Amino acid sequence: MARTHLNDNSPNLLQTPPKIKSNKPKYTKFSQQELAGCKPVMTPTYVMATLMLVGAIFIPIGSISLHAVGGVVEIVKRYEDVCLIIASTLQNITLSTIAQKVNYIQDPTTPKNCTITLTIPHYMKQPVYVYYELQNFYQNHRRYVKSRDDAQLKGKFVTSSSLASCKPEDFLDNYPIVPCGLIAWSFFNDSYVFTLNNVSLPINKTSIAWQSDIKVKFGAQPSNFPNNNINSTNSSTNSWIGGGALNPGVALNHNEDFLVWMRAAALPNFRKLWGRIEQNLYDGDVVTINILNVYNTYSFHGKKKIVLSTSSWIGGKNNFLGCAYLCIGCMCFLLAFSFFLMYRQWPRALGDTSYFSWHNSSQAKICLEHL
Amino acid sequence: MAGGGGGKKMRMRFSKLYTFGGRFKGTQSLRSSDQEQLLGGKGFSRVVFCNQTERHAVKPYKYRNNYVSTTKYNVLTFLPKALFEQFRRVANLYFLLAAALALTPVSPYSAASLIAPLVFVVGVSMCKEALEDWRRFRQDNEINSRKVKVHVKEGRFESKPWKKLSVGDIVRVEKDNFFPADLVLLSSSYPDGVCYVETMNLDGETNLKLKRALERTAVVDEEAEFGSFHAHIKCEDPNPNLYTFVGNLEYGEEILSLGPEQVLLRDSKLRNTTHVFGVVIFTGHETKVMQNATDPPSKRSRIERKMDSIIYFLFAVLVLISVIGSIAFGVRTKLYSPSWWYLRPDQTTIYYDPKRPGLAGLLHLITALILYGYLIPISLYVSIELVKVLQARFINNDLAMYDPETDKPAHARTSNLNEELGQVDTILSDKTGTLTCNQMEFIKCSIAGLAYGRSVTEVERATARRLGKDHLHMLQYDDSVMTPVDPGSPPDSVVAGSVGGSGIELATIGHHHHPLAPKPPPHVKGFNLKDERLMNGQWIHEPNVECIRLFFQILAVCHTAIPEVDEVTGKVTYEAESPDEAAFVVAAREFGFEFVKRTQTSVFVKEPAVGPSSGVEWTLREYKILNLLEFNSTRKRMSVVVRDEAGRILVMCKGADSIIYDRLGKEGKGFWEATKEHLAKYGDAGLRTLAIAYRQLEESEYTDWNQVFVKAKTTIGANRDELLEQAAERIEQDLFLLGATAVEDKLQKGVPETIDRLAKAGLKLWVLTGDKQETAINIGFACSLLRQGMQQLIISLDSADVKAAEDSGDKVQISKVSRASVEEQIASALRQIAQDADSDASHALIIDGKSLMYALEDGMKKQLLDLAVQCASVICCRVSPKQKAQITKLVKEGTGKTTLGIGDGANDVGMIQEADIGVGISGVEGMQAVMASDFSISQFRFLERLLIVHGHWCYKRIALMICYFFYKNITFGLTLFYFEALTSFSGQTAYNDWYMSLFNVFFTSLPVIALGVFEQDVSSRVCLQFPAVYQQGPQNMFFRWGRILGWMINGVYSSLVVFFLVMGSFGLAAFQKNGQGAGLEEVGAVMYTCIVWVVNVQVAFALSYFTVIQHAVIWGSVALWYLFLVIYGYINPVYSTTAYKVFIETLAPAPMFWLITILVAVACVLPYTVYQAYQRMFHPMDHHVIQEIHYMQKHITDPKMYKREKRKAVQKTKIGFSARVDANLSMQRAKNRYYDPTFTADVKSLRDPPASNVDLFESPLFSSFKRTV
Repeated sequence: MARTHLNDNSPNLLQTPPKIKSNKPKYTKFSQQELAGCKPVMTPTYVMATLMLVGAIFIPIGSISLHAVGGVVEIVKRYEDVCLIIASTLQNITLSTIAQKVNYIQDPTTPKNCTITLTIPHYMKQPVYVYYELQNFYQNHRRYVKSRDDAQLKGKFVTSSSLASCKPEDFLDNYPIVPCGLIAWSFFNDSYVFTLNNVSLPINKTSIAWQSDIKVKFGAQPSNFPNNNINSTNSSTNSWIGGGALNPGVALNHNEDFLVWMRAAALPNFRKLWGRIEQNLYDGDVVTINILNVYNTYSFHGKKKIVLSTSSWIGGKNNFLGCAYLCIGCMCFLLAFSFFLMYRQWPRALGDTSYFSWHNSSQAKICLEHL
Repeated sequence: MAGGGGGKKMRMRFSKLYTFGGRFKGTQSLRSSDQEQLLGGKGFSRVVFCNQTERHAVKPYKYRNNYVSTTKYNVLTFLPKALFEQFRRVANLYFLLAAALALTPVSPYSAASLIAPLVFVVGVSMCKEALEDWRRFRQDNEINSRKVKVHVKEGRFESKPWKKLSVGDIVRVEKDNFFPADLVLLSSSYPDGVCYVETMNLDGETNLKLKRALERTAVVDEEAEFGSFHAHIKCEDPNPNLYTFVGNLEYGEEILSLGPEQVLLRDSKLRNTTHVFGVVIFTGHETKVMQNATDPPSKRSRIERKMDSIIYFLFAVLVLISVIGSIAFGVRTKLYSPSWWYLRPDQTTIYYDPKRPGLAGLLHLITALILYGYLIPISLYVSIELVKVLQARFINNDLAMYDPETDKPAHARTSNLNEELGQVDTILSDKTGTLTCNQMEFIKCSIAGLAYGRSVTEVERATARRLGKDHLHMLQYDDSVMTPVDPGSPPDSVVAGSVGGSGIELATIGHHHHPLAPKPPPHVKGFNLKDERLMNGQWIHEPNVECIRLFFQILAVCHTAIPEVDEVTGKVTYEAESPDEAAFVVAAREFGFEFVKRTQTSVFVKEPAVGPSSGVEWTLREYKILNLLEFNSTRKRMSVVVRDEAGRILVMCKGADSIIYDRLGKEGKGFWEATKEHLAKYGDAGLRTLAIAYRQLEESEYTDWNQVFVKAKTTIGANRDELLEQAAERIEQDLFLLGATAVEDKLQKGVPETIDRLAKAGLKLWVLTGDKQETAINIGFACSLLRQGMQQLIISLDSADVKAAEDSGDKVQISKVSRASVEEQIASALRQIAQDADSDASHALIIDGKSLMYALEDGMKKQLLDLAVQCASVICCRVSPKQKAQITKLVKEGTGKTTLGIGDGANDVGMIQEADIGVGISGVEGMQAVMASDFSISQFRFLERLLIVHGHWCYKRIALMICYFFYKNITFGLTLFYFEALTSFSGQTAYNDWYMSLFNVFFTSLPVIALGVFEQDVSSRVCLQFPAVYQQGPQNMFFRWGRILGWMINGVYSSLVVFFLVMGSFGLAAFQKNGQGAGLEEVGAVMYTCIVWVVNVQVAFALSYFTVIQHAVIWGSVALWYLFLVIYGYINPVYSTTAYKVFIETLAPAPMFWLITILVAVACVLPYTVYQAYQRMFHPMDHHVIQEIHYMQKHITDPKMYKREKRKAVQKTKIGFSARVDANLSMQRAKNRYYDPTFTADVKSLRDPPASNVDLFESPLFSSFKRTV
């Protein structure tokens, strides 16, 4: 009969002994949404101060960065066109059409050496990094990026089925290709020999790859690699000539050029580290580079460049970050200043009640009228 | 049953009392002929074999069982149905498709990274659905397993659960129990087979309804007799009409017709009757109440619906950029890729085939659609759902919405409407049980031209408080303690003390009561008149003592209540048809005239003996009841003709004042002027008034009249009613007015204040009640929805021509005339409003159910709505549950604004379900309303907090959360597009697959959830103090397209900044000292790091309230990303691929990495910050200014200003007691200005009190104000 009891609407329920199980919610600051917290308010002072502060931090950072980058000396030399001219004059052939260029570069019999000289414009403190740069090469194409097998590269014998991503460079003569895939197959294989003022300039090619690549990611022994057989097999079955060969006797992780290549670039124009010159180069020094120009970029108008560059704590020759810092910093100053001016012009007291919406409504007018 | 055999005997007579009015008989005979034609035909095919349930086991008599289920799913349908529900969401369907395609090589990333989030998201949502449905199932189960006594065989009755009932069962229902199904009443504990039914749950009407068994069956009233009871019922098929029933009962040889008065409907309750026997005719979902129930609609909030259009918009963007990407891809594949020998274009798959670029492009389109899927946040729905569940928990746990009396906290039953609470424009409220407690209290009376009773009503209390609010000193008004109440604080302290003004409550709750005040006597239910002049027999010292005596005697005699003596305590309680009547009898008892016994012919009253000095001597007086002239809605009065012990014959009459006035004799108007004034005041305070009058008859006069009356009574035929009416009219003449009574239909705690504050927040309140017009208007006054000086536009069908048409009985004619009448009334009301447009006049629309029947027709709907929205308050009375729903629909669809339906009974279910938000009062009545509702609260006053605090918060939280969600996903998704453009649109992403799939789940989800759960633009106190701030929701200031697009543009900007700053900074050159250049993995990781920072810093800038939690989740998310990067980077490179040691080895040592992160984060939030700063500085919104005031501590240092603002922070309102006070003030002002030129200064001082301790209530203004209330 509890129902009838309730039906009496009895306020005396309060007098009954407290129920054992009450539905009363527990009081905690959390459950009542009363947690102490800070309620930052964007006051004009704060905003201006913050903007100034950001400006004050960013502009020095920008200047320091620019200064650091300013100390970097970088020499870039495009050579794929130069080498063609040299080759055509030396060998007395015409290399004007793409087909001719491709034919030239793919013909294993033609000599492909070419020599370029660079004059050092400024003192370059060692180490001087040597890069090759490719342009218009889509190393970031989805088909290309996916075309590898990490397990196989590590040294694991990968069964046939899981090499699907490496197609069409997955099998050769029914044997899996190690390393499989398009990246490996298109391995960049131009090589450079440096002389400084007619003296041979040694290039350190160790530690140009990341240690994790050398130690963990790679470890397979190349085998059945199609580029190794270009000369031996009939080229008609393999009309698409890839990149460099891999010495079957050298494990992949000892071939640092290969490791560098295997890290796909983010952009279609990219530089990859090729070696280090571990001596200072001086203003006016002449560096001669003997290039073995074998890598085909002519098919797709790809440019090849060789780059010598020093580096700073912030990296190579790139002003972008420093400029961006300066820009944002200046903008913050500017904004702070314009806020200041606007605030001077149209000041508003904090918590000025005349800004309440109800002061603009008719209600307010009526209230005022009443008073 | 207390009273035993004696009680039963007495009840027998009681039932005989109701022999007057013609409302029970007369119609029965008329119906038979029409009925015969109908039965057996279409729609009237049901046959019930009473007591032979076995015959219902076969077709065509196999009907549904009595099991009622309100669940959405069952075990079998759950999976398909719930999955269907999930994938009805565009976004989910899209992701399902994407996941399916992920299994093909088209996919830009691995299948697992796509399917995992989808499974998670859908799984969480489905779990929530299952949980909610389980709760519904448990509630159903509780009802289905209620017990009822069912006839088994040979006169034995056994208890069975409701669900086991079947058609044809004979059941025995005990007093105060609900009927388990629709029954035909066979017999009751009264020999004449009547019973009383409370249909509150069906139609909200509070008075008891009489049901009557057929005379032939009424005699079968012992359990044993049912062993051999057999009958057939032929009747209509299940239908939702509550007020009609057509059928007949074949019993033995006879065919008896059955009408609505023999039908007991499920969910109504047996009252005042020990038990009844009935036969089940409709069960389960076929019962009328269930037929009335519509399927619980799955409601979606406005914001969520708009969100869908945003998703469509984003989807269009997605398709657009995918198409752009695909075309570009196709073109590039055809033109350039043949020369890209390193891709082996000679031996390629169809996806990259330069010979078929069209196909490749098409396939790429699919890839792109999956790839850019990050534009559409997969976790949006699940995050919102999670947030809403947590918000709902806060609602459930809010102590300020917990009612200790019923031990019920607020409960968000469905959590998907939280933010809708912040956008409500119109509240449609039930009256009984919602605004009022359905509890009458005799509170004042006027006897012989003198007003008695000092108790204050809720309205007066609230009004007084509003006047006194600005004073820091305590003020005492009447005997209740008034404290200056801060609306922000839970109103308990005041309200608990104020209810009934009961000292006991005050003492038990431990609230402060004036220490010097004497302890008042214990509160008596139904009586709250406080006046020493009348109490404790002191009335004998008053002038006109005989009038007072007679007044009390009428209260004690002129009624139809019956006393019930508790055998244990000897206390007398009264059972009356309506609570008002009970209040009268109780009042009489409190005054010393205790009604102790009723016999068939007499009423016995224990009253003080005559003589001024003998107030303590009690005698038992007998009043012989000669005739009883019943109350009904047309007569609006009730009389008894009695012979007292002295042999005098008295006509004692109570009735509506206008009716009584017309029947006063010349000498009888002595107190009229004074009484009229009192009546007006009572009426304005929302009290129900009745005038009390009497007349002494000469013996001969009586006998003459009695002959006429008896003749009328015995007449059989159509004009019986008329004759009776005429007879009554003859005797109720030449009355002498004694005075008037005022009964308070007790409002629930804090109702006037709540209404006032809701009105201040700009909400409109419509009252839809099943009660009659007078009651509704009374409550309108009590709640300050109506006040004196307000134009009442009443639309009803009481006009003469409608009556005439009704009398003719021609249905076509009736509807034609009625329609025309309603149309004309609406038109004229509209004209009137147009006329008053310039003046300050406010209007109230009062319309009854009958008129609504026509007004809600398609042709008139618009005008009605036009009229209604122009009125300050709208009261619809005598409306059926269906009409409630129709009105709700009209408002919802007509105005396009959010409506909230609030009610407590089953009659409100339609309204609750139809409204955008349904709120159920989990009061004392059945659970139907609560079960149909989206939110349940135990008191109307909690609605304020629910809307103004939780609604406001939830609205802003969800709005901001969704905007932010789109922002973050646009930021992220577009970087994918830019990068893809650099990869010749090949579909390559810069990021590792798992970075991407964890983006929404791990690194950005918690802050946005914290935003959705904890953000507070202003505290709950402030929300309540500045109700106008609520309008940000109904005006939808935070989820407009402008704002949404603003956030999207911010996202586009951020994506550009992230992408180009990162790309530019890396460039071609080395990015650190050892000469290494950045590859895909470095660029990806750095860009991703920047995005994680940007979106998390952005959320921090969007928040205005930081607790430890916010800090933890925001900075924790960023930290988590680094942590993830480190851990993931340590996993075998076969799995971690591009992420292998990318942080440890390559990024962390490079200063550039850190510098880029800082640069990008700052650059991205800069425009937002500047915009915010600009807006705050020069165009601040309300909450900005409030935040500033609090930040400056101005609310403490300048309390005067703060108070002034609090008072002004309201919407212009014409309802609520504030409006009433204003109206009163301006009325007074106008008056006083006329006489007193200094008056304006007074008003000023009242509104803006000086700091000195001048007691304003001594000012002439206040005393005059006091008088007006």
